[in-house]
Amino acid sequence: MVEARNGRPLLLLLAVGGAILLVPVLNRLVPEGSPFHLEDRLVPRFGKYLAYAVLAVALDLVWGRAGILSLGHGAFFALGGYAMGMYLMRQIGPRGVYAHPVLPDFMVFLNWQELPWYWYGFDRFPFALLMVVLVPGTLAFLFGWLAFRSRVSGVYLSIITQALTFALMLAFFRNDMGFGGNNGLTDFKDILGFPITSPDTRLALYLATGVLLLVALAIAVHLRRSPLGRLLVAIRDGEARARFLGHDTLRAKLFVWTLSAVLAGLAGALYVPQVGIINPSEFSPAASIEIAIWVAVGGRDTILGPVLGAFLVNGLKTWLTGAAPELWLFVLGGLFVAVTLVLPNGIVGLAAALRGRPKRPAAAEPAVGGAEVARG
Amino acid sequence: MRRLFLFLMLLAALAPQPVRGEDETAVRDAFATLAAGNLDAMEPAIGVIARSGVAWAEPVLRALLDGRLLARQADRALFLRTPEGTVLEAESGTPAAVEARTLRPVRINNRLRRALEAALGSLTLASPDRAVRLAAAEKLFTRPDLSALEPLERALAREADGAVREAFARARAAILVEHGPPAARAEAASLLASAASPAVLGKLQAAKRALPADADPALAEALDAAVARVETRLRLLEFAQTFFQGLSLGSVLLLAAIGLAVTFGVMGVINMAHGEMVMLGAYATWAVQEAFRAFLPGALDWSLLAALPAAFLLAGAAGWAIERSVISRLYGRPLETLLATFGISLVLQQAVRLGIGATNREVVTPSWMSGLVEPVPGLALTMNRVVIVLFALAVFLLLVALIRGTRLGLEIRAVTQNRRMAETMGIRTPRVDALTFALGSGIAGIGGVALAQIDNVSPNLGQAYIVDSFIVVVFGGVGNLWGTFLGAMTLGVVNKLLEPVAGAVLGKILVLVALILFIQRRPQGLFALRGRAAEA
Repeated sequence: MVEARNGRPLLLLLAVGGAILLVPVLNRLVPEGSPFHLEDRLVPRFGKYLAYAVLAVALDLVWGRAGILSLGHGAFFALGGYAMGMYLMRQIGPRGVYAHPVLPDFMVFLNWQELPWYWYGFDRFPFALLMVVLVPGTLAFLFGWLAFRSRVSGVYLSIITQALTFALMLAFFRNDMGFGGNNGLTDFKDILGFPITSPDTRLALYLATGVLLLVALAIAVHLRRSPLGRLLVAIRDGEARARFLGHDTLRAKLFVWTLSAVLAGLAGALYVPQVGIINPSEFSPAASIEIAIWVAVGGRDTILGPVLGAFLVNGLKTWLTGAAPELWLFVLGGLFVAVTLVLPNGIVGLAAALRGRPKRPAAAEPAVGGAEVARG
Repeated sequence: MRRLFLFLMLLAALAPQPVRGEDETAVRDAFATLAAGNLDAMEPAIGVIARSGVAWAEPVLRALLDGRLLARQADRALFLRTPEGTVLEAESGTPAAVEARTLRPVRINNRLRRALEAALGSLTLASPDRAVRLAAAEKLFTRPDLSALEPLERALAREADGAVREAFARARAAILVEHGPPAARAEAASLLASAASPAVLGKLQAAKRALPADADPALAEALDAAVARVETRLRLLEFAQTFFQGLSLGSVLLLAAIGLAVTFGVMGVINMAHGEMVMLGAYATWAVQEAFRAFLPGALDWSLLAALPAAFLLAGAAGWAIERSVISRLYGRPLETLLATFGISLVLQQAVRLGIGATNREVVTPSWMSGLVEPVPGLALTMNRVVIVLFALAVFLLLVALIRGTRLGLEIRAVTQNRRMAETMGIRTPRVDALTFALGSGIAGIGGVALAQIDNVSPNLGQAYIVDSFIVVVFGGVGNLWGTFLGAMTLGVVNKLLEPVAGAVLGKILVLVALILFIQRRPQGLFALRGRAAEA
């Protein structure tokens, strides 16, 4: 909102693009001896943060804009990741430990004789890419249609999304689901013919994620300027009234919800080749709630906020889990409390307040309490 | 005539007396046969000895079965070696002064072993010890032996103890259904079928299989009917067992979810740290137990009762502090409350992990909560589960009474229905909020006491139940205790009924999917608030 009012979103996108380019510049153009040189091994880490940033932007589309707090966005992220992981597994071919020409190692290990039908086609990249979009998109569409149609909203919806990702986590933990069970999918060799661990491939993946982030941000910018974006704000602040005024709130919510899930799936698809593994823990409810804190720390319903939040919180996590692992959960828990109590508009909101701009009224959720959640 | 009569009398007197009256020389010969060690001759000899009724028959046969019977070749005298190694004279049971070299153990084969077991079984049927008689009947029931039928029937005729009589009758039926004449088989089958157990079912099925093709169709029918009857009863018992497990799971869910339902109803916020209140209650149970162990070891069995108020106060105080410090400041922002309480849950878990340790703590089951109860024969329920079900019911009814009958309950209901109106009427809603939150958390703590009995006390304890608790609240409807009750029990039973069909994990997934679909029909749960309150 802050930037949108300033009317400089293009500048902002350019700034983000420039910041994204810092990594390749520091990695390739700064000579190795220099203190500013970025080692090859750190590139995937920043690529991972970029994927998280896309995920945060996706969540902010539904939460910041439309007031739908999803506690299950990790599920869409993980489904996209699994689709990509299946492609990468098929690329291993006979180079697995058991050297089976078709079956991935874990299936050979489980004594499976043939490939399950839902693994067909994943040896082709375009098909896998299609699934990266279609699987999270379809699930989100169906789920959203069922939930929004019966006007489940507020904390109710949050709990149901949590149940969704919880159910998927349990399902993916099962060995006979055919997705590698507990261990998930890993030991990837190459992507599109390029060795997946080579510095060049990693840099390319990083840049691809950067492009995806810019696309996601462009969508966010466009959405907030469009009538749909304004309708979403109206839904957030008073859904019943928006509906009574004749707006099709179901379609608006369903659209942005599905769009957000597809973005999350794409982020997951780019995340997996960079971290080299996907397993059911990505579906865990706690992982999904963490996404909300990235958005909250950066600032809800802002363009830059989710990106900043994803980088800051995850950077902090990387540093702290190395330096003092037992403290990380205190810090994360403290962040949840502190941000909601004293920083309702996140860092971006704080910056705006410091610059003396008129502050947007904090968190425009309907303030009725009690029976509010039961509103039909 | 008289002469003929006398002749007949004479004949009768000369005829070998059955059983007890077998004359002494025959019995002595039988013992001597054992000592001679001719395996073929030994089997009838064992029968003679078993029927003889002499006092030393039982110890000799038992020693023979255990390989402790010794024989002296010179005079075919028998000796027993006690398990401790001393040698006794077989007949008198007094220590014998013989050279061990001259003795050799009497060997037997498997056929004889079976004969011996049957013989001993019939001997023990007459034992003065009730437990021994019961065990003998049980043995005959599992391994029916036609040769035991006669002693069994005699034992049955003179048995006075009801339970033993029943066991004898069952054993007799088991023998008859397998070996008896066709007429007796059908009756025996129906007698057997009156007590359902997998063993009975196996017997009846075996008897049915052993039936020759040309057997009386009425008999085959009777056997089939008996098999069907037992199968039905077994299925019913199994269902009852599963149903009870479901109720027990439902009770646990009820304890975990009911506090959540109350706070959700009053404040419209989801407390993600609710599971940690359960966890705190479980740790309070452990701490009280350790305190008892240190200071009052004699009363360790009753530490659980002392843990109840401790857990309630600890979790209630924690809940009150959370409400005052965080939730009251986020009033009207339910989604942010959810996130903040999640943060609190992370901090609480980590604090316990660092402060007390990440490993599981053990809470012992008091003696009065261990063991099995058998309300119906064949239906064994673990005592601790029974106690937990009753306890959950008691807590639930207490809470219902509190909400219906006290001033605080009245205020809670008022705020649940219409917060603003309640405020206007002079109810101090912040106070109601804080007290409700403390109450809900305290009940969660009490739930922790119960959970400590059936689950590991670990920092993650609350997490295992929190998603299920949310589902119960969503399923049961907002702010409705009976809805929560029904929701918890339904979810528990459905989960357990699905488990054998679909497996534990898949069952859970099915429940979650069903819930999402259920929300379609009833978005407000089983029991929705009706009227104006629902639209506020």
